[in-house]
Amino acid sequence: MDGEGTLRLHIPGARFRPGDRPDFSYLRLPPAGAAPRPPVDAPAIATRDLAFGLVRTLDDDGVAVGEWNPGLGADELVRGLRTMALVRAFDERMFRAQRQGKTPFYMKCTGEEAVATAQTYALRPDDMCFATYRQQAILVARGTPLDEMMGQIYANALDPTKGRQLPVMYTAKSRGYFSQSGNLATQFPQAVGWAMASAYRRDTRIASGWIGDGASAEGDFHQALVFASVHRAPVVLNLVNNQWAISSAQSVAGGEESTFASRAIGYGIPGVRVDGNDYLAVFAASRWAAERARSNHGPTLIEHFTYRAAPHSTSDDPARYRAGDEWERWPLGDPIARLKLHLVRAGAWDDGRHSAMLRAVEADVAEADARAQALGVHGDGPHHDPLTMFDDVYKDMPWNLREQRDELAALPGRAT
Amino acid sequence: MTAPIRELGFAEAIREALAIAMAEDERVFVMGEDVGVYGGAFQVTGDLVQRFGEDRVVDTPISELGGAGVAVGAALTGLKPVFELQFSDFSTLAMEQIVNQAAKLRYMLGGSVSVPLVVRMPTGSGLGGAAQHSQSLEAWFAHVPGLKVVEPTTPYDAKGLLLAAIDDPDPVIFFEHKLLYKTKGPVPEGRYVVPLDRAETRRAGRDLTIVAAGVMAQKALDAATILASEGIEAEVIDPRVLRPLDMATVARSVTRTSRLLIVYEGAKSFGIGAEIAAAIAEGEAFGHLDAPILRLGGAETPIPYSPALERAAVPQVEDIVAAARRLARGEA
Ligand SMILES: Cc1ncc(C[n+]2csc(CCOP(=O)(O)OP(=O)(O)O)c2C)c(N)n1
Ligand SMILES: [Mg+2]
Repeated sequence: MDGEGTLRLHIPGARFRPGDRPDFSYLRLPPAGAAPRPPVDAPAIATRDLAFGLVRTLDDDGVAVGEWNPGLGADELVRGLRTMALVRAFDERMFRAQRQGKTPFYMKCTGEEAVATAQTYALRPDDMCFATYRQQAILVARGTPLDEMMGQIYANALDPTKGRQLPVMYTAKSRGYFSQSGNLATQFPQAVGWAMASAYRRDTRIASGWIGDGASAEGDFHQALVFASVHRAPVVLNLVNNQWAISSAQSVAGGEESTFASRAIGYGIPGVRVDGNDYLAVFAASRWAAERARSNHGPTLIEHFTYRAAPHSTSDDPARYRAGDEWERWPLGDPIARLKLHLVRAGAWDDGRHSAMLRAVEADVAEADARAQALGVHGDGPHHDPLTMFDDVYKDMPWNLREQRDELAALPGRAT
Repeated sequence: MTAPIRELGFAEAIREALAIAMAEDERVFVMGEDVGVYGGAFQVTGDLVQRFGEDRVVDTPISELGGAGVAVGAALTGLKPVFELQFSDFSTLAMEQIVNQAAKLRYMLGGSVSVPLVVRMPTGSGLGGAAQHSQSLEAWFAHVPGLKVVEPTTPYDAKGLLLAAIDDPDPVIFFEHKLLYKTKGPVPEGRYVVPLDRAETRRAGRDLTIVAAGVMAQKALDAATILASEGIEAEVIDPRVLRPLDMATVARSVTRTSRLLIVYEGAKSFGIGAEIAAAIAEGEAFGHLDAPILRLGGAETPIPYSPALERAAVPQVEDIVAAARRLARGEA
């Protein structure tokens, strides 16, 4: 038979490594406005092409075109722009805080701000979000005080996890924000379970679940899709394909053979692949999926096609594994610059207002940081009495924990 | 002629063992998340991908269960996978393939197959990893018939035990304490093995026996130095291999010292300490005890993040000193 012989193992890899000149011309990027927008009650099979294309609304001149243009007013768009800028300023500040030794760890979402910001504004404020560590924009968009978020990072008295969780593992029940897990992907089936429960309780709230391209290799991703499909769970399932999982290119997670959005098709779920750096497109796809979920047409998988501009975390050094200027050459640009251009083109924004806005968000972040740092940073504590570590293991403390706590309390010179 | 000896870091010693095994035997390969160009979450695999290529140092998709299953499948063909998990906490995801498959296949299939698999995993707290990046799950694996469980303390042992683990025809779980990666010690060049069934007496002493593995063995040695200045001579036994456990060495020591303290980082109850204490209580050495056996284990809580809390959650040198003092002075 043709091609038969000894077998060869395929090893996927990154297209570009340090020293290479990245060239993204191999990406098939359909023009803005090309994708049709099916009605929200369309059967999954009728949405098939959306999983292989790319929903885009902003053309190269910043003009919104096509059926997916959500038709948002200038005020709404400026709000989105400001939130994205605030998230970026927050990230910059906390990244520096790590370099200054005020926290051992931080993770930025630079380049991906549109994804979580636009979706949050497309949801209702009481819809429930099960995010990863890269959707801090959800919390910012929902108005979480920045000093509270910083307090979590500094593990000081503002930290709602009482010094128990890693920096950036926020939790905010009152803002419809669950938390993050150290073990990847676990939030994805949890989002589906929350959504199923919401349906079971005849509630009106839906859930939004998040995962990365890399983590979508975990079983949790696939199991979540099975349950979501079987029970038509009212959930928006988001996969953020930012091209990288630490040092592993998205091809290592299976992005070479097909799109991540197309995973949905086998489960009978619509898969929508969207330009993740196009604020309007993300908003429109999210709104479509949310309406679908809320009207009992079940789940949607959205693949947000974007780029992780920053290192994976403060512990990472991408110079070891990717070309330094990939982000500059990324053909889908910067979500903040693209939304700004759109607003300027529409006559609703200009450079002066933009610079003033950037100064204002930086000032907001600096003021919040001053308030947070007044309560201490990591390392100059303890901000939490070690005896409190025995609390909350159970609702009621059993004898063996009481015994260990009392032993600790009795130690001479115990630090408090 | 004996091989020249150099000072080597714990992580380098592991890398050297991997390189020796891969150079000698084409069947050996390394797999795991970010083990290739990145060099591994803790920089253990380092430059192995440059030396052996991407098909022998394989970056896997992020699926611990998938990786473990693939490793079992490859091992069934006679290949010798060394599968790295980024943190031992993620082994919970791989449990089915390790516990229900790798550990039992030889037995269930009437001895007709081998699963020569090594799973390496960083263990323990001390780096601010919090509840899901700091656990000590050694006892879980040590409870499973069919698995061998190794936890080295020195760079010398890390290299020799890993080579023995790769040689071994059965699945071996290889725990590496994160706080040891940067420690250094003498390591001979070239191949040597440390057998997978023998404890090491790291310090001789007459007044009490301390059994501790991994970073806890280091802490026990530091404690022994302090105790010696007070006239208490502790014998420190490092099991090195938790399953099968070399109880004969522990029992011989206890017969001489008549006092036993067991130190480990995992939660105190149902842990390594319970096994060692029970084995002594069941045996001849029990009659030689002059005091109750003491266990010093981790708090019965998840590991908290904040440094002061994290420190209080696991035994520290001063805790070992205090417990040994009580034991030696008959106050226990
Ligand atoms: C179960 C599990 N395996 C591995 C890790 C280590 N880890 C943390 S983040 C990460 C990469 C995830 O990449 P991706 O899902 O693409 O998300 P991104 O960081 O790009 O947002 C890995 C491997 C983990 N935390 N949990
Ligand atoms: Mg990613």
